[in-house]
Amino acid sequence: MLRFLFRRMVLALLVCLTVLVVSFALTRLSGDLAISIAGPNATAQDIEIIRKNYGLDRPLPLQFIDWAVHAAQGDLGRSYLYHAPVAGLIKERMPITLTLGLTGLVIALSVSIPLGVVAAMREGSALDKAIGLLALFGQAMPSFWLSLVLIIWLGLRLQLLPISGVDTWDGYVMPGVVLAFSAIPALMRLTRAGMIDALSSDYIRTARAKGLSTTKIVLKHALRNAAMPVVSVAAVQLGFMLGGSIVIEAIFALHGVGYLAWESISKNDFPVVQAVVLILAIIYIGLTLAADMMNAVLDPRLRTA
Amino acid sequence: MSATIVPRPRRMPSARHAATLLGALIVGAVLLVAIVAPFVAPHDPFAQDLNLRLVPPQWMDGGSSVHPFGTDQLGRDYLSRLMYGARISMTIGIFTVITSGLIGITLGLLGGYFGGRVDDVVMFVITCRLAIPLILVALTVVALVGSSLTVVILTLGLLLWERFAVVSRTTTMQVRNLDYIAAARAAGASRAHIVLREVLPNILTPLVVVATLEMALAILLEAALSFLGLGVPPPLPSWGLMIAEGKDYMFFSPWVIMIPGVALFVLVLGINLLGDGLRDLLGTGRR
Repeated sequence: MLRFLFRRMVLALLVCLTVLVVSFALTRLSGDLAISIAGPNATAQDIEIIRKNYGLDRPLPLQFIDWAVHAAQGDLGRSYLYHAPVAGLIKERMPITLTLGLTGLVIALSVSIPLGVVAAMREGSALDKAIGLLALFGQAMPSFWLSLVLIIWLGLRLQLLPISGVDTWDGYVMPGVVLAFSAIPALMRLTRAGMIDALSSDYIRTARAKGLSTTKIVLKHALRNAAMPVVSVAAVQLGFMLGGSIVIEAIFALHGVGYLAWESISKNDFPVVQAVVLILAIIYIGLTLAADMMNAVLDPRLRTA
Repeated sequence: MSATIVPRPRRMPSARHAATLLGALIVGAVLLVAIVAPFVAPHDPFAQDLNLRLVPPQWMDGGSSVHPFGTDQLGRDYLSRLMYGARISMTIGIFTVITSGLIGITLGLLGGYFGGRVDDVVMFVITCRLAIPLILVALTVVALVGSSLTVVILTLGLLLWERFAVVSRTTTMQVRNLDYIAAARAAGASRAHIVLREVLPNILTPLVVVATLEMALAILLEAALSFLGLGVPPPLPSWGLMIAEGKDYMFFSPWVIMIPGVALFVLVLGINLLGDGLRDLLGTGRR
C-alpha cells in the first residue's frame, strides 16, 4: 500500500516537472518572444529594450531555471499587461472557474448517474437505446454553439437567465449546463456499464434471494460498486472541465482563469499563459492522484498494482 | 474495465444497421460536398455583395432562391460558404487523424510490444499529455506560430494521439503472446517485421473506431478554435468561424449561427454513429 502510494507520488512529481518544461517551452515556440511582445509596429530598438527589460537576452536554460525556481516558490512572474504578479491574478479569478467547474460536475453527475442506472436496469430496451442516442447527441454538440443557442433562447427570448457575468448565482446556470454537456456522455456510459456488471454479479443474486426490494438492491448494493470508476472518471472530467472552461468563460464573459488565459493569449501576455497552463496541469495531476489514492483505499485489489 | 460474462442481449440488428447506415450516409454526403464544392456551389464563397447583407434563407420571409441559405453580414452566399466549410472540416478531420494516429500507434506499438522500460516511458508520455490542458495549449500554439490550416492540423495532431496510444498499447499486449507471433519469431523475422507486419494488421480494427472518435473531436476542436479567433483564419469559411462572425447578428438573424451549427452537429453525430456501428460490426466489444 505504501509502496503504491510512493510510486504514484513520484510519478505525479515527474509529470509536474515535465509540465513545467512544456509550459515554458510553449511560449518560446515563436522563436523570439521579444518580437511577439513588441508587436508589428515596433522598431529594432524597441525590441532590444523589451528583450533587456524582460530578461529575454539571457540564455534559454538560464531563463528556464530562473522561472522554475521562482515558480516552485509560488512566484509565477509579473503580467506584462496588468503589471501585477501573475500568482495574484490567478488567485483572484480561480474561485469563478472552480465554482463553474463544480457546478458543471454536479449537473453532469445528477443527469448521468440516474440515466446510466435506468439504462442498465432496462438493458436493450427502447429506453436504453433512447438514452444511448441522447449520449451520442450530447457528444456531437459543439459547446460554443450550444452556448449561443441557449443565450438566444433562454437569455434573450425568454429572459430567464442572465447572458453574461456572474453578478448573481443564476449566472452560473447556463455556463454550468454547457460545461456539463461535454462530460455527461462519458459518465453516463460508465455508470451504465458498471451497473450492468454489478447487476449480473453473485452478490446481487444473493441479495435478490434474500428478498430485498429492487430499489434497495439497485441503490444500496449495485450502485455502490458501480460508483467507484465513476468517481475517478469524475475527477478526471473535472480537470478537463477546468481546462475546457476557457471557451465557455469567453462566451459568457465570466472573468475566471479561462477568460484570463484567453485574454493573455490574444494580447501576448506570456507569463500569464505559461502560469495558467502550469496551474491547470497541476490541478489535473492532483485530481487524478487523489482519485487513484481513494481507489486504492477503497479497493484492496489495486494496492499491489 | 472487466468484461461482462453474461452474454449481452442481442439488440435488434435492423435498428443498429439503420443508425450505422445513417452515419455512413452523413459522412459520405459531407465528403462528397467537400470534394465537389467548387463545381456545385451556386456562388463564389468569398464574393461580397454589400447590397444583399443578411438575406434570410429561402424558406423564411424575404428569402429568395438566388441564395437558398441566405447571405452573411458581408453579403456572401451562405450555402456556398457552408459547402466550402465542409472541405475545411473534412481536411482537418482526416489529416489530424493521420498525424495523431502515426504518433499514437507508434508509441502504443513500442510500449505494448517491448514492455518493461520502454513501456514505462510510453506510459509516462501518455500521462504527461493528459495533464496538459488541450484547448489552452492549442490556442497558445496557434497564437504564437500563426493561424493557418496546416498549423491547426499539426497542433491538433500533436495533441490528440493519446487514445490511439492507449488502445494500440493494450491490444498489442494481447496479441504479443499469441502463437503466430512466436511462429514469426521462430522463423527468424526481424522485430520491425513482426511489429509492422504481424502485430499492426491484427490491432487495426479497434484503431478504426478510435480514428472516428478522434476525427469527430478534431472537427469540434477546430470549430472551437476558429470560433475563438485562433483557428483557421478569415475569410476561410470554417463553420466555427462562420458562427463567430454571425454571433453579433444572431438575435435578429438567428440562421447565421443555426445553419453552420446544425451542419457541425450533424457531421459529428454522423461520424459518431458510424464509429459506434463499426464498433458493433467489427466486434471490438464495449468500451
